[in-house]
Amino acid sequence: MSDTPLIELRDITKSFGSVHALNGVDFQVLPGEVMALVGDNGAGKSTLIKCIAGTHTPDHGEILFEGREVNINGPKDAARLGIEVVYQDLALCDNLDVVQNMYLGREVARFQILNEAAMEHTTQETLKSLAVTTIRSVRQPVATLSGGQRQSVAVAKAVQWNSKLVILDEPTAALGVAQTEQVLALVRRLGEQGLSVVLVSHNLHDVFETADRITVLRLGRTVGVFERRETTQQAVVQAITAGVPTKVSGIPPSAEAQL
Amino acid sequence: MTTADVVGPDRALPPEEEQLPGGVAGLYHRAWLNLRTGNLGAIPIIVGEILVVIIFGLTATNFFTAVNFVNLITQTAGTAMLAYGVVFVLLLGEIDLSIGYLAGIGALIVAELQLPGSSWQMNGILAMLVAIAACALIGGVQGSIVAFIGVPSFVVTLGGFLIWQGVILNKLEQRGTIIIQDRWINYTDAYIFSHWLGWIIAAILTALYPISILYKLVVARGTQIAQQNWPLVALKAVGIGIAVFGTVAIANHGKIISTPEGLPLAGVIIILFFVLLTFLAKWTTFGRHVYAVGGNAEAARRAGINVSRIRVVVFMISGATAAMGGIIFAAQVNSVALTFPPGNLLLNAIAAAVIGGVSLFGGRGEVRGALLGAILIGTLQNGLNTLSVSNGWIYIITGLVLLGAVMLDTVAVRLQARSGR
Ligand SMILES: Nc1ncnc2c1ncn2[C@@H]1O[C@H](COP(=O)(O)OP(=O)(O)O)[C@@H](O)[C@H]1O
Ligand SMILES: [Mg+2]
Repeated sequence: MSDTPLIELRDITKSFGSVHALNGVDFQVLPGEVMALVGDNGAGKSTLIKCIAGTHTPDHGEILFEGREVNINGPKDAARLGIEVVYQDLALCDNLDVVQNMYLGREVARFQILNEAAMEHTTQETLKSLAVTTIRSVRQPVATLSGGQRQSVAVAKAVQWNSKLVILDEPTAALGVAQTEQVLALVRRLGEQGLSVVLVSHNLHDVFETADRITVLRLGRTVGVFERRETTQQAVVQAITAGVPTKVSGIPPSAEAQL
Repeated sequence: MTTADVVGPDRALPPEEEQLPGGVAGLYHRAWLNLRTGNLGAIPIIVGEILVVIIFGLTATNFFTAVNFVNLITQTAGTAMLAYGVVFVLLLGEIDLSIGYLAGIGALIVAELQLPGSSWQMNGILAMLVAIAACALIGGVQGSIVAFIGVPSFVVTLGGFLIWQGVILNKLEQRGTIIIQDRWINYTDAYIFSHWLGWIIAAILTALYPISILYKLVVARGTQIAQQNWPLVALKAVGIGIAVFGTVAIANHGKIISTPEGLPLAGVIIILFFVLLTFLAKWTTFGRHVYAVGGNAEAARRAGINVSRIRVVVFMISGATAAMGGIIFAAQVNSVALTFPPGNLLLNAIAAAVIGGVSLFGGRGEVRGALLGAILIGTLQNGLNTLSVSNGWIYIITGLVLLGAVMLDTVAVRLQARSGR
């Protein structure tokens, strides 16, 4: 993993009035890696991914995508780069079926007339490639799906667009044990298929099951980047709560930024 | 650290239901599944309509005649037209209270534009197009206030309700009534096709559904998408054929004294709009986006859909269909008078859509629901009229049917929700 990062954020700051949500954050994701982004409530995780997704523009700092400096001024810019976000509330239309949701806003159509067959076909292919097998029919309304299935649809929707970076905001927060396992397996599969994944999570169990590396945010700053194989949950918890990593392995954040 | 609510393996249904069998067995299977999960589709309303026809056929002497049947079509046409617009507005989870008086504005515009001797007199067809465009524009303005300023549609269109009522009052208070002489305008109600043309139209309309299925097959060739359920397709095709040819057969059978009746243009107009608007709702990107905005506006916005544009266009459709409906109503009496809109037009149109299964909360419903609902309400009111039931009772019975339909729908939706998750 010595190639250039897929995405690299340098010294990002973002304030909302007097609230400094991000205070010089450095963050990077390598191609094909699952990077976990952890931190306490209010640490700035959501704000950071919104900067990547184009929902927020940073006040200061730079974003490099595949080594080139980019300006992401909206979700469309992000999508053009191959960045897709699965938000916590999933943003699915319950009244529409799986196919219709997968293609929402990007329907396959000629002269405005929908090509349902093409959309249905590709949806089935995508779900198959991600080994999402529990969905009985891609023509059933999303309202009839279980939480895990809905999450799978949301992830598949993000993956469908030749995306390079998929950001998942708390994908297992609302799920039970079995469905959590199902979604975590899906996250690992994304990494295996060469996609980069940012997994935002509170849940260190999830993080240690899936991530290659872990970035810890605290009060709007990067306080540690850990190699999952070389660290422990205690070390990460320590970084989250106290901000002082006891057992730093991998590269310290300051050096990381200068890679 | 995971949440404690342990959920079983992620299987919504037992394995034997994972794959619906095809063929006739599949039809039974699907019917049973739909019944159990409350997915009743158009069945309750069709059954209701058949019941109503049987009851009036047995009790009212003048109901079961070909002439009354043709009357029923022309009486229903205007309401159905407004109800089509209501479907789109309700799909967004909005409401348009202005359509009753917008229908009046549409009628007023054609009446003014066809006025013989005036400097602006124009051909009736052109006049109708102008009226429809004008009402679409008005709808667009109302929709813009909803979409861009964020005023609830209930309030905006309540304002429209008062404003357009006021305009009609101002125009007609002194003049009383404007007579419509233009034959094209009056044709929208009274034109009767020759028997042969009626049959040809029936054949074309019957062919539309099989053609749409054929189109889907052609598009789907080479892919492994879900198969059609052929018995169901056949059942629908035969049902549509019987309804269409039956309609023409009965209409052609009628005679007023010695003038033969036939298929009225009004009936063809509502079917044309039905086909057009169903196509718009179900086959186009725009229609898909209407359902999406009604289902989850935030999700639609994040998906890059221009939610405001969808809202504005939907209110334009509502204005346009209101104008067309208003023209048909005016043609019925060859005039526009202060008493316009007739009866409870606004409420009948909304009731028709709701009886037809269109949800008030957005995202659920179909154009065909408006047509079926309007036919049911029309039949009910026509039948009660032929029985010389008082207007009071007609309102009460219409209200009860509305309540019954909505209760059935609510229970069905609850069943559906329970069958999911
Ligand atoms: N749109 C906003 N307006 C004002 N303050 C905000 C906004 N978004 C986030 N914040 C603040 O920024 C800080 C970081 O929030 P957030 O990124 O949501 O943290 P996390 O997702 O890690 O819990 C919090 O103090 C939060 O209150
Ligand atoms: Mg957050």
